[in-house]
Amino acid sequence: MPDYARVHALSENRALTSSPDSLKKTPLHRLHVELGAKMVPFAGYDMPVQYPAGILKEHLHTRAHAGLFDVSHMGQLRLHGANPAAALESLVPAELQALAPMRMRYTQFTNDQGGILDDLMVTNAGDHLFVVVNAACKHADIAHLQAGLAGRVAVEYLEDRALLALQGPAAAAVLSRLVPGAATMPFMSFAKAAIRGIPVLLTRSGYTGEDGYEISVVNAEAEAVAHLLLGEPEVSPIGLGARDSLRLECGLCLYGHDIDQTTTPVEAALMWSIAKRRREQGGFPGAAVVQAQLRDGVARKRVGIRPEGRQPAREHTEIVDAAGVRIGEVTSGGFGPTLGGPVAMGYVATAQAAPGSAVTLMVRGKPLPAQVVKLPFVPQNYYRG
Amino acid sequence: MSILRFTKDHEWIQVEDGIGTVGITDYAQHALGDLVFVELPELGREVVQGGEVAVVESVKAASEVYAPVDGEVVEANPGLTDEPAIVNTDPQGAGWFFKLRLSEPAQLDALMDEDAYKSFLEGLE
Repeated sequence: MPDYARVHALSENRALTSSPDSLKKTPLHRLHVELGAKMVPFAGYDMPVQYPAGILKEHLHTRAHAGLFDVSHMGQLRLHGANPAAALESLVPAELQALAPMRMRYTQFTNDQGGILDDLMVTNAGDHLFVVVNAACKHADIAHLQAGLAGRVAVEYLEDRALLALQGPAAAAVLSRLVPGAATMPFMSFAKAAIRGIPVLLTRSGYTGEDGYEISVVNAEAEAVAHLLLGEPEVSPIGLGARDSLRLECGLCLYGHDIDQTTTPVEAALMWSIAKRRREQGGFPGAAVVQAQLRDGVARKRVGIRPEGRQPAREHTEIVDAAGVRIGEVTSGGFGPTLGGPVAMGYVATAQAAPGSAVTLMVRGKPLPAQVVKLPFVPQNYYRG
Repeated sequence: MSILRFTKDHEWIQVEDGIGTVGITDYAQHALGDLVFVELPELGREVVQGGEVAVVESVKAASEVYAPVDGEVVEANPGLTDEPAIVNTDPQGAGWFFKLRLSEPAQLDALMDEDAYKSFLEGLE
């Protein structure tokens, strides 16, 4: 423990010198420090990258039991208006008008070139849409929504709410003790509930590849909810380090890395998130580009990559073909604790994008043999009723 | 008689009969977190003080290990290839990285002894 305190002090000093006093804190900040977390700056917030157990154990614990994540830095929004689903469709390619009440969907804000401004979750909460966006993009997203939907939709930024994620195979059993009926909520559904009298907004969703929930609660009650969940024997606190290795292993994109303004949903292999009506009718920014790519194909695609051996290939690692010609770049890369080996995602030329294709990763000037593989690297474990 | 010295980059070197065993300190392994891969230097390689000799990779990131002094690599720890986590559990013992035949032993004089390194760590807090 003293050594963790030391590391913690070091990282705090670094955070203070790199961005003096400007780091924001989530309502769970005090709890993270109490739990011995190593805090690092992330998207303008002082966030726990790991707790004393460490990234490896936290990752494995989440896949075996349940982990509690603080994702309060993400942006929670409400869109109010006569028909917010129809209005929001002018900014995203998802089918939202057919989204049933109490159901949620993954989509992206696109730009006029079909590039991705951010990815987000949209919930039909009945009389409004409940939207969760990435921390680093949230202020730009709000401005984009206000400009794009002016006169049709009012954007409410829920700055007073924290967001917790409970993820793992034991998540349903744990939450059922506090919220009767939680275990049978459908995957990608929404419910209003109460945890020991504290009102919460629940979604059966997450970003780890495991079953689980995201729990929105007012800031003032966030610590109480976190304590209740951490009091259950299966639950451990999990930092952003393991959140990243968990999402990479299950093949999910990290905005600013695997997707950005220069990658389209077609190149990013996110076409599953664009329904037939929207593909045909368009009506979202960059629709012409996306439709042309669907018709004519794309020059590059996002794929899963397994390096041979144990050495990880990190973001920006160059990918070359057998002749040494550059065919792409790694956008996320690291070690998959569940798989017990290195894993990566990146973009490669379409000719080499089929699973089984042999590629070479140039790691610190040395060629590392690797193979294109189907995503996810580990099976998804979502609730299927 | 053996001499133990430390660098500001958190490497240690234990020198006996002109051969120095090099590893990273407990402080360094804590700061790096769980190690999943170690790239060791090839035998016979001539290294210079402060030059990059090995690479350690945690789940999250890659970091370099530097040569504490000039010398020739004469041995690398084969145990680290299959079980890099030894560095986390025994950084100043079984988790050693490589051995050097020192070419400029006088360079040791400028490195920190154990007490000086402890003070150095306290200064980081």
